[in-house]
Amino acid sequence: MTKLLVKEHEIVVPGQELAEGMDFLPSIGTYRDQDNIVSSKLGIISVNKNIIKVIPLTGRYIPKIDDVVIGRVVEIGFYGWSVDIGSAYPATLSIRDTTEFIDKGENLTKYYDYGDTIAAGVVRVARYNSIDITTKGPGLRKLIGGKVIEVTPSKVPRLIGKQGSMISMIKDASGCNILVGQNGRVWIKGTSLEKENLVTNTIMKIEQESHIDGLTDKIKNLLEKENKNGKL
Amino acid sequence: MASYDKRFSGRKFDDMREIEAKVGIIKRADGSALFKIGDTIAIAAVYGPRELHPRFLQNPETGILRCNYDMTSFSVPERKRPGPNRRGVEISLVTEKALLPVMELKQFANSVVDVFIEIVQANAGTRCAGISAAALALAHAGIPMKDLVAAISVGKVGGKVLIDLDKEEEDVEDATDIPIAMTGRKNEITLLQLDGNLTKKELVEAMKLAKQGCEKINKIQQKALKDAYKSEVE
Repeated sequence: MTKLLVKEHEIVVPGQELAEGMDFLPSIGTYRDQDNIVSSKLGIISVNKNIIKVIPLTGRYIPKIDDVVIGRVVEIGFYGWSVDIGSAYPATLSIRDTTEFIDKGENLTKYYDYGDTIAAGVVRVARYNSIDITTKGPGLRKLIGGKVIEVTPSKVPRLIGKQGSMISMIKDASGCNILVGQNGRVWIKGTSLEKENLVTNTIMKIEQESHIDGLTDKIKNLLEKENKNGKL
Repeated sequence: MASYDKRFSGRKFDDMREIEAKVGIIKRADGSALFKIGDTIAIAAVYGPRELHPRFLQNPETGILRCNYDMTSFSVPERKRPGPNRRGVEISLVTEKALLPVMELKQFANSVVDVFIEIVQANAGTRCAGISAAALALAHAGIPMKDLVAAISVGKVGGKVLIDLDKEEEDVEDATDIPIAMTGRKNEITLLQLDGNLTKKELVEAMKLAKQGCEKINKIQQKALKDAYKSEVE
């Protein structure tokens, strides 16, 4: 008999049986054990026809192609740069994936130095441990000044909001330049330290209260209040 | 001891001490958990998967699990000299072996998952509490694992087979202590140590008790993980 043992959007834990029978197929975060499909991660169930997957609630960033990420240069070699993007392995930014024209044997620190923060796009992911990123594309570049904060990668969609509603609201209210990477890193640059701190606190609040309904309105009120106080 | 009819703590012979489990107690760790059984408190923190250095320790076929068990100096009545010791090294090793069968680290080649277990208060059964806490912390860190692992000590005190020995019972002459770890879904044994004397019949009886105990702990672990994220899904 084929039977689904869980409901859509239910929280599951590793080792929990999700379905019985061969009519269902295991996708990410699950595995098949004889007749059963079992969860291998702490996450939320998503059933698409007969494909079952678990969307993880926690954990490190898992790179996906076309994601925009924010990283820090940790290593420079002959081939290009090694960038820490918060995943299990550092990403590689190869010379041919940059917009600059770089001569052979040139000093690469001229373009991206150790500790520089860059916004990059993920171009290739081979078996997790080989991640290639690029700075070719709109908005992808070295990030100068500002500060970087970290949120849990699974909460990034909430921070951005539907069609970017949440993040554009914060941008408009504070006048800060904000860039959210899919890896949970957020770059903030404003005209003053107070503004940057206010944005930081707002984002921390969103991360903490990401489950509350009507969070967008709540944050809106908060920002308006700060505006009246003259902090913006 | 001639006969042991009533336990020092007044518990029944198949009764465990009160259990409390919680995840997400260490903010900067990738995953963390607290597991409390009676007066024994274990906290576990998980970092990774991350790059492994020195490089010669890396395994290009699979990620590796590194466990570190330690007791705080104030966890026992007599001050424990801080830092690793012979006992700690052994328990770190058996913890690693108790957890490894459920881990799926194949996809994290060349990397390491670090587990740090700290006993902040000890009253027997620390390695079991440590394993239960570590399993929770690993799940909380989002590392793929086939199953959760629960651990409990069973044993024989004064000729009676019982579950979850406390310090008083452990110190009884001729007391036998058997820490057992089992996976949650299939009740597969991943750890079994035995210190003392026991007949075959008694061992079977003790294992039955351990199975019941581990099933209970597994439920508590599942609840702790779900409760931590309950509010996020309506």
